[in-house]
Amino acid sequence: MTTAFLTDSTVCIGCKACEVACKEWNEIPSDGFTLTGFSYDNTAGLGHSTWRHVKFIERANRVSSPQPADAGYRSNAFRWDFSSDVCKHCANAGCLEACPTGAIVRTEFGGVFIQPDVCNGCGYCIVACPFGVVDRRPSDGRAFKCTFCYDRQKVGLQPACATACPTESILFGELEDLHARGVERVRQLSERGINDAILYDARDSSVGGAHAMFIFRGRPEEYNLPPAPEVPTVHLRAGWRSAAVAAGLMLFGTALAFYAGPPAPDHEAPRDRVPAREPAARRPWR
Amino acid sequence: MPGLGTSFGRGGATTALQDLQNADAILIMGSSMAENHPVGFRWVIKARERGATIIHVDPRFSRTSAMADMWVPLRAGSDIVFLGAMVNHAVANGLEFRDYVVPYTNAATIISEDFRDTEDLAGLFSGWDAEQQAYSPETWAYETGDGAGATPSGGNPDQHIAHPPQRGGHGKDRGGEASKVAPAHRDPTLEHPRCVFQILKRHYARYTPEMVEEVCGVPREAFLRVADAFCRASGPDRTAAICYAVGWTQHSVGVQIIRTAAILQLLLGNVGRPGGGIMALRGHASIQGSTDIPTLYDILPGYIPMPAFGDDGRSLERYLRTHRSDTGWWANFDKYTISLLKAWYGDAATPENEFGFGWLPRISGDHSHFGYWLDMADATGTLEGLFVMGQNPAVGAPNARLERRALGNLQWLVVRDMVETETASFWLDSPEIERGELRTDQIGTEVFLFPAAGHAEKDGCFTNTQRLLQWHEKAVDPPGDARSETWFMYHLGRRLKDQAARDPKRRDAGLAALTWNYRTEGTTQEPIVDDILQEINGRTVADGKLVEGYRSLAADGSTSCGCWIYSGVYPEAGRNRARERRAEGAYGQGWGFAWPADRRILYNRASARPDGQPWSSRKKLVWWDESAREWTGLDTPDFTTDKAPDYAPADGASGDAALRGDAPFIMHPDGVGWIWVSSGLKDGPLPAHYEPLESPVANRVYAQQVNPAADLKERPDNPYAASPDDRYPHVLTTYRLTEHHTAGGMSRTLSHLAELQPELFCEISLELAGAIGVTNLEWVTITSPRGAIEARALVTPRMQPLTVQGRTIHQVGLPYHFGGRGLVRGDVVNDLVAISEEPNVRIMEAKALVCRVDKSGSGAPDRGSRTRGSRFPAVRPTV
Repeated sequence: MTTAFLTDSTVCIGCKACEVACKEWNEIPSDGFTLTGFSYDNTAGLGHSTWRHVKFIERANRVSSPQPADAGYRSNAFRWDFSSDVCKHCANAGCLEACPTGAIVRTEFGGVFIQPDVCNGCGYCIVACPFGVVDRRPSDGRAFKCTFCYDRQKVGLQPACATACPTESILFGELEDLHARGVERVRQLSERGINDAILYDARDSSVGGAHAMFIFRGRPEEYNLPPAPEVPTVHLRAGWRSAAVAAGLMLFGTALAFYAGPPAPDHEAPRDRVPAREPAARRPWR
Repeated sequence: MPGLGTSFGRGGATTALQDLQNADAILIMGSSMAENHPVGFRWVIKARERGATIIHVDPRFSRTSAMADMWVPLRAGSDIVFLGAMVNHAVANGLEFRDYVVPYTNAATIISEDFRDTEDLAGLFSGWDAEQQAYSPETWAYETGDGAGATPSGGNPDQHIAHPPQRGGHGKDRGGEASKVAPAHRDPTLEHPRCVFQILKRHYARYTPEMVEEVCGVPREAFLRVADAFCRASGPDRTAAICYAVGWTQHSVGVQIIRTAAILQLLLGNVGRPGGGIMALRGHASIQGSTDIPTLYDILPGYIPMPAFGDDGRSLERYLRTHRSDTGWWANFDKYTISLLKAWYGDAATPENEFGFGWLPRISGDHSHFGYWLDMADATGTLEGLFVMGQNPAVGAPNARLERRALGNLQWLVVRDMVETETASFWLDSPEIERGELRTDQIGTEVFLFPAAGHAEKDGCFTNTQRLLQWHEKAVDPPGDARSETWFMYHLGRRLKDQAARDPKRRDAGLAALTWNYRTEGTTQEPIVDDILQEINGRTVADGKLVEGYRSLAADGSTSCGCWIYSGVYPEAGRNRARERRAEGAYGQGWGFAWPADRRILYNRASARPDGQPWSSRKKLVWWDESAREWTGLDTPDFTTDKAPDYAPADGASGDAALRGDAPFIMHPDGVGWIWVSSGLKDGPLPAHYEPLESPVANRVYAQQVNPAADLKERPDNPYAASPDDRYPHVLTTYRLTEHHTAGGMSRTLSHLAELQPELFCEISLELAGAIGVTNLEWVTITSPRGAIEARALVTPRMQPLTVQGRTIHQVGLPYHFGGRGLVRGDVVNDLVAISEEPNVRIMEAKALVCRVDKSGSGAPDRGSRTRGSRFPAVRPTV
């Protein structure tokens, strides 16, 4: 079965139970104890030691001051949105394609999994991720990210974060089912007058769809997500084309040098029996 | 829980969390439910998804406000004005649910002509004794007898004597005279000038939207939107619920705030019906359990009052006569009391020795937590030693500075916890040591730290917020010497009994008689908790058979029961209902056991009309099945199942048989919900607004500034600011965060939680930050008359200045989780809070006090410490 997450931010209460459940299950070390001053978010972002991360977005910048009784869920003036971020487990996963050791594999559930015993810490995956999810742990050297709770899924359990979520903001299930539910949910919200909710599924991009989809209100950029994510390997075709053109040109030039006729006699170097091709090859520049 | 207890009859939430999804509106006030009850909040989210309006009235825009449809910021401590204005809005506009109010509440009952309201007495009710600083409730009584005037002490003269001022309010009065209310003393038209409804109308007439604007700082339009939304969501086919937590209780008028909500819900007909009621959200696991089987000084298990010295405690006969009600369920008081004594003293409890009644302790003064603690601070020698279990008062208690200093006057201190808390280490690294106020080598207290087992390391039972008993099983053995509380108490008791047996003293007779024969298991001799739950459930003495429920209990000593309201949790051998996990039905029946008798929604007889049929098909819950001649429905009926709706008691009937077939509040002698509380509360029959003990403004509603019955405990080390006081212009409110647990002993020590909120912060508005010249994350010093602490400023538009009486009032928020130990640290916020006592439950006012905030270093008061925040280099623990 191809599984997926659907994280519905419109019912997320920002309790961070997903972050804690993830760390507990996966035995992830602490990120350090720093008060960021950025709302209630003190883990700052996804990283080597934070595989689920709740974003806190205070939208007070639209007006100078919220109007009492006109703030909260239905408001456009003043809102505090929470959204639990996670590895997107892309259909076309940049990290997987970039991994030179074969440490990153696609599991039978469709997730993208870094095998910790194979990873050699080269870091190619980090730059290849369009979402900035994969990160190398300095104390260890290897790359880490959400495993999609591969070990739990193997024995028929839900991922830890989805199990812990008290408001069913994190749903786990079959990919297409959840996608359909996401589309329906956005339609329902719109019916209730919440017109700014979107389903972020990365389907209309080179990523080819994500196994972690999100519903949130506002634009992706407000949630630190790329509006048009791009897997670096989409540039391969163009890259290879350019390389092929270059190679072709060089081959053509070489061939041209052979068939462009004999070189001009060089009486200064009679001992050299090798045809003086170089000057001939430079001819086009003359 | 006297707020709910006096209004409805039982001191517990009237509803279940699951039932919130059936509400059409939910008012969350005095609580940040999403933050502190995130799991229960799923039902609020479900209600919102089903179209309910979620309203959050709170000084701060919290995670709860973010999920609500409306957020209304109000000045901390002005709740009664807001709610009183909602009551006024309902009655002035005729929005009350009259078909419910007349038969199901005491709105129609006529009150003694001796009563004088706050309107006439400048904010006091009649009966105020200035010398005693206490009310005498005689004039609040119902009119009884010939109607010519009130009989001052109602039906039972003992029932008022039994309430000396020092008695706490948990063991509530049974409302003696209410037994005597005859139809002649009720006016179903609600027109009689002395009927409760008319008194209520007059009392709340001054609680107008304009008053709300003036006192709460809430624009009247915002108030009206809330009042309108809430009242519109109430009626035959709609219901609205109210959720509150310690944001209401921790006030000098806490019980009366809850009372105002109860009045509103009774007027709108929202009690006992699906999607209605009042959800009392409890602070943490088993807090409901700790009042049911109390850790309080004034009650015994099952809300049975503690006898008082020289009063009702003189003899069992007198005690039973005082508290046994003639009509209503408390007519069974003697059965429950004697069964309790039989559970405790076993064969030693005989009719000849009053079933051991003489061995019970007696109340002889203020034995509340704070009274003792102040004695400790004064080194009076009253208190030699102290057990601290599941608490961290060095961080979590009001005026923590005073409390920490007081610890040094003990001879011995026992702390049982999973970590070495600030309380256990006060002699080593408290702020007082750092400031030089205490010196380790001069502290004589011997401190014993016992490692405690966590909840996954022991069997046991929680009673949570909705009166639900849920069993939990041990998953792993506790590490090393860590042991369960049951182990500690059992073996301590066993040793004390051994000692008493070796050296018999008269005062130890009760200890010697106590049954203490629980079986143990394993090498650590862990008591078998299952035995204790069976003792709580109750047995027939002769054959030791478990009783099916509290209806089987008797007053002749033939039954034993450790807590009558829990009876039925273990109805037969091998069936622990708290352990059952087969949830079925609309309210999760089959999962755990809700006291009493697995009723999920209390007073659910009120979900049907007086004739026994549902008010509407949309809001049906329990109804009369005429063919089967019994009550049936989606929940266990909270009513005698075969009592027909048209049942009328015969003359001289007593107990439950004296209540009519349309009297849903069966605990009350008159069977109705109490809008008016004639006795049982120490600060008035109706709620009135008094300012917090410290307030930036004068009381605009009455001349009386603060709750007259509150005890300030004012003394040099517990001083108060004037109201108003230029030195302390801002309102301070304390609260908790999702990421931490109360005083932090269980969360500041765990990296996964500690990193989520790694330091104390002080939430202030952009306007206040501008005024004092600080930016986000800069250090500020927060000062109250009790002390000064430092924190980083978290500048946020979520805090809003309010306009109160033409002045701008800033509110400041401080989470109170931090202390000097653990992975993350911060100053102790409770150093700023005063020790004070609300008159009924003796709780402190931690949710509304005054403070000043200055940028640290720039002329701010010096708090005397060299270090601040996470003063030691952060450790990076590995798992």
